[in-house]
Amino acid sequence: MKKTVQELLLVENKQLNHDNFKLVLQAPTKLPEIFPGQFVNIEIKKATEIFLRRPFSVLDVDYENNTFSLLVKILGRGSKVLTTYEEGEKISVVYPLGNSFTLPQKQDKVLLIGGGSGVAPMLFLAKICGLPAENVHVILGARSQQDHVNIDAYQAFGNYYFTTEDGSLGEKGFVTHHPVFTNELSTFDRVYTCGPDMMMKAVAKEAAVKGISCEVSLENMMACGFGVCLCCVEKTKEGNQCVCTEGPVFNINKLTW
Amino acid sequence: MVDLSVRIKDLVFKNPVLTASGTCGFGEEIADFVDLAMLGGVVMKGTTLKPRQGNDYPRMAETPSGMLNAVGLQNKGVDNFIQNIYPNIKDIDSNFIVNVNGSTIEEYIELTERINELDKIPAIELNISCPNVKEGGMAFGVSCPSAEAVVKAVRRVYDKPLIVKLSPNVTNIAEIAKAVEGQGADSVSLVNTFLGMAVDANSRKPVLSTITGGLSGPAIKPIALRMVWQVYQAVQIPVIGMGGIMNATDAIEFMLAGASAVQVGTAIFIDPTIPTQIVEGIDSYMEKNKMHSMSDLIGGLQM
Ligand SMILES: Cc1cc2nc3c(=O)[nH]c(=O)nc-3n(C[C@H](O)[C@H](O)[C@H](O)COP(=O)(O)O)c2cc1C
Ligand code: FES
Repeated sequence: MKKTVQELLLVENKQLNHDNFKLVLQAPTKLPEIFPGQFVNIEIKKATEIFLRRPFSVLDVDYENNTFSLLVKILGRGSKVLTTYEEGEKISVVYPLGNSFTLPQKQDKVLLIGGGSGVAPMLFLAKICGLPAENVHVILGARSQQDHVNIDAYQAFGNYYFTTEDGSLGEKGFVTHHPVFTNELSTFDRVYTCGPDMMMKAVAKEAAVKGISCEVSLENMMACGFGVCLCCVEKTKEGNQCVCTEGPVFNINKLTW
Repeated sequence: MVDLSVRIKDLVFKNPVLTASGTCGFGEEIADFVDLAMLGGVVMKGTTLKPRQGNDYPRMAETPSGMLNAVGLQNKGVDNFIQNIYPNIKDIDSNFIVNVNGSTIEEYIELTERINELDKIPAIELNISCPNVKEGGMAFGVSCPSAEAVVKAVRRVYDKPLIVKLSPNVTNIAEIAKAVEGQGADSVSLVNTFLGMAVDANSRKPVLSTITGGLSGPAIKPIALRMVWQVYQAVQIPVIGMGGIMNATDAIEFMLAGASAVQVGTAIFIDPTIPTQIVEGIDSYMEKNKMHSMSDLIGGLQM
């Protein structure tokens, strides 16, 4: 898919909870196809002290309106300023970037595990993976109830389970403490995960023990996002690879975790 | 029509805008965004004889108006370049220049000889200024005798235009420029990155795995501009200027200070269409100021 730099129109900026926003951006031309796991690199011009773009993974795509949405979690100065943009403003975006999750096969039963800013690609994947909802199981983890976002729009595409560290919603503990993970892991054909490194490593470890195919989406720091600076590398069994072009999605077989 | 072409020895660049080494891959990586034939030249990622993995992650830190990198010349080596990259770029109508690196003089010579066999590589940029490798690299570029020794050795095996890329991490960059000119360099390009450092106050650790790295971007522009001006006054050969160029005005400033051509580096990370925008910007500046050829602009600083 051809990458471009474009000025996109911010058509929606909606606060979802205390630190999560949904941003919808509209392209002036026909939107290229975008797959779960792919990301866009956004210039945050409003804050002159922010020099590099910031990468965000895509939450959803609407080809009819040439829009895609992002789930922006405030993590630092860049994401914070991005959430202050107003509807009607233009934002420069380099997209679509990176590879995407391997889509499951027709009979597969899949487990999707998201945490923090990694929730977006999991919801996107649940929606378009093409499986009947009963074969799509999604565990979403957060610190507390107030950190979870409303996923009503995605209910139809899978079975959702929540964990919180303080027990205020769903199971108490980390995603890897949820019974669907601890008891039923071996019933799944594929596991997909995106979120904090610690979480993905814990998921990957168990999946590897059970011999289940597992893909993770990495969030290494990036400068360019399209494979020229070689700053975003991850050590793999085939040497250093760029997360922005060879990833962000990697099968755990390939990683040295 | 304005004539934007410039020359280094007998090599013609259709315009004075090149992409800087390490910031545009081998050109192919930015071909989605720009027509490479619109560029005066593409200086490709630093190449070495043997493949290199580069330094450990993290290799990058964002800094005020710039960034630090410590990539450490990650590349797949010259054999891979010749087999897998050269065939794809050799017919593109622009000057594709190889950035040549080595940890010993012998390595520089051997690599140059390999590149010399490639008809469609019209010039090399000898990198004696990489701050991110343990052996060679910048060590060659920070003293006159070692810079002279590499250039002399490479000059003996290479007849095409030889550009030498200088380090700004020196007391007197004009002296180094004069030294390499004396050994037959056809041009000098400057600057490579400035040695810098970033610390994370929370973890109390260095941000980069290598502790220090190379600073690039607008943060270095005034120093780079000063160095280009000093070198321009010291040598007769064409100077290629770079360091923090983000737009046509920046590029024009470097040319007024004496640069015959410019390279655009870190700006590409922000927007890969900046180099071609700069070509257009220089064209309209020349037209507006009734300049007809690049000699009207180069070194045109009014005192
Ligand atoms: C990520 C990165 C990688 C680089 N790699 C190389 C390299 O391989 N060889 C080289 O001569 N210069 C390398 N440079 C230096 C640039 O070519 C250029 O000299 C420097 O960045 C200053 O220009 P700028 O401020 O426009 O980026 C690199 C710079 C960056 C930021
Ligand atoms: S972010 Fe530049 S190569 Fe990946």
